[in-house]
Amino acid sequence: MRGEVIRRVRGGIAALVLVGLVVAPWVVDDYTTAILARTLALALVGVSVALLTGVAGMPTLGQTAPYAAGAYACAVVGSRVSDVGVVQLVVAAAAGALLAALTVPLVVHARGVIVLMITLAIGELVVIVLGRWRSVTGGTDGLAGIPAVRPFWGLPALANDQARYLYALVVVATLVGAVLVLLRTRAGLVLRAGRDDETRLRASGHRVALHLSGAHIAAGAIAGAAGSLLVVAQQYISPADFGFDTSALLLLGVVIGGTASVGGALVGAALVIAVRDWLFGVLPGHAPLVLGALFVATVYLLPTGVNRARGRLRPPGAPALQPEQPAAHDQATVAELHR
Amino acid sequence: MTGLLEAQGISVRYGSLAALDGVDLRIHDGQRHALIGPNGAGKTTLLNVLGGSTRPQRGTVRFDGRDVGRLGPAARARRGINRIHQRPAVFPTLTATENVVVAALPRVIPSRRWRPGGRRHAAQRLAGPLLDQMGLTAVAAVPAGHLAHGQRRQLEIAMALAGRPRLLLLDEPAAGLSAIEVGRLVELLQALPRAVAVLLVEHRLDLVYALSDTVTVLRDGQRLAAGTPDEIRTSPLVRQAYADGVA
Ligand SMILES: Nc1ncnc2c1ncn2[C@@H]1O[C@H](COP(=O)(O)OP(=O)(O)O)[C@@H](O)[C@H]1O
Ligand SMILES: [Mg+2]
Repeated sequence: MRGEVIRRVRGGIAALVLVGLVVAPWVVDDYTTAILARTLALALVGVSVALLTGVAGMPTLGQTAPYAAGAYACAVVGSRVSDVGVVQLVVAAAAGALLAALTVPLVVHARGVIVLMITLAIGELVVIVLGRWRSVTGGTDGLAGIPAVRPFWGLPALANDQARYLYALVVVATLVGAVLVLLRTRAGLVLRAGRDDETRLRASGHRVALHLSGAHIAAGAIAGAAGSLLVVAQQYISPADFGFDTSALLLLGVVIGGTASVGGALVGAALVIAVRDWLFGVLPGHAPLVLGALFVATVYLLPTGVNRARGRLRPPGAPALQPEQPAAHDQATVAELHR
Repeated sequence: MTGLLEAQGISVRYGSLAALDGVDLRIHDGQRHALIGPNGAGKTTLLNVLGGSTRPQRGTVRFDGRDVGRLGPAARARRGINRIHQRPAVFPTLTATENVVVAALPRVIPSRRWRPGGRRHAAQRLAGPLLDQMGLTAVAAVPAGHLAHGQRRQLEIAMALAGRPRLLLLDEPAAGLSAIEVGRLVELLQALPRAVAVLLVEHRLDLVYALSDTVTVLRDGQRLAAGTPDEIRTSPLVRQAYADGVA
């Protein structure tokens, strides 16, 4: 009964947030609308981070890599080949998936903190390549003047910030819906099982490395698609959009959101990015400090966050956390995924 | 007659300690084989070797006529070697039903082969009756981490059976179970289809005699004796070994 009430309340809040998101561009100014569109893109990257960190048990600091691959692929295609949004999205997702596929051998056999270090290195490497490969990426100047996107063949180009924001909103909503559906299939179930106890999963005959590779590539595709939304939102991209600070903030947002929850990841990532953008204006130079304090507070105030992070960040070979009586909110997060 | 499983000359050393020292073991199709011996005799180590989680320094393991020595636990499970552990291993955040579904997936035969969700559906249909058999229906929707020790043990057995095993490796399955649960376990093992062979590690000799047709006795990493339960019961060698130290 209590679960039912919580579910209702949560559904109500989600509906309110969605309505708020739809009407937002008519309430705030154009500049803020553009920032909101970019925040949506980052929140979608956050979902891919949650998929890896919370669901598959591979904490990552490197989702900026497929995000960047998707953004640059979209920018190049948008400038030279097609202004159709669907085309750009597919190309961006493919680019993100390809980059993720290339890095699969580096990440799927590592565990815990090692994955963090490897993914961090991959993210940094991609930023370096973006800065050096001038002929394609424009180097540190980035790529500007990317034509406005038209969502579909025959539709007009999205000429203002409101329209571009709504486009991003529709794409994010669709992809998040797809992720939620995916998590309810056997793929999602097996990923959660592997997060609980990988050795046990292997003992049942599952090809764990294969599952993790699939999750990694799927998360890469999502981050790549998010990259194309960044291009739509800003019509300009540079390596600065994909730095380590962005990865760290996204992981922070996902931890705040409860790592295994897709909705939590969206909210957490959006919140953290919004706080950063806001603090950037209010307290120039001090944003990292405030976010650091926020992170520490989260870890102490939200036991869910700590517990899950502890389980996730266990050293290689260590047995999975098997609490005799898991905390009640743990259960809530799990129940959430079952719906 | 060749065995379903044939292990020959298995040796496992941990530093200077020989946990297993040239052990041979043969299990026929459908055989109910018990492995007994004092604590530290190497029983769990031998199950680890057969299940693929420990590589022996020497020796070969053949299953169904093929050398499986290089295969890991997952590949062996897909061939039909299923294992339950001395400490019950379940997925704590998944419900009991989901635990069984996950265990069933690798070897399930999809009911609607080309439709999405066919495998999951088939696994799901398998889970209900298995949980029922283990007396877990009432807790089917409870996360496994919340189950009592005995229930987790039974859940793990349901999971092992869900994998359509041809050989079940059971490491002290009665440990920590209540009398009622032990009774249910014995019934269940007695009711297993004849096609399923069982290798049972068990301390309680009453269970060994009730459930097995062949007994192998290990001691200090070596095979001390092998025979029918009656032969073992009356063997002076075994009595001596047990008198020297058994839990
Ligand atoms: N991973 C290990 N490292 C070191 N010694 C081990 C390890 N596993 C088992 N042993 C030792 O090997 C011997 C056999 O252990 P085990 O197979 O667990 O015995 P049993 O199951 O018959 O009680 C014991 O002396 C045990 O201490
Ligand atoms: Mg043992």
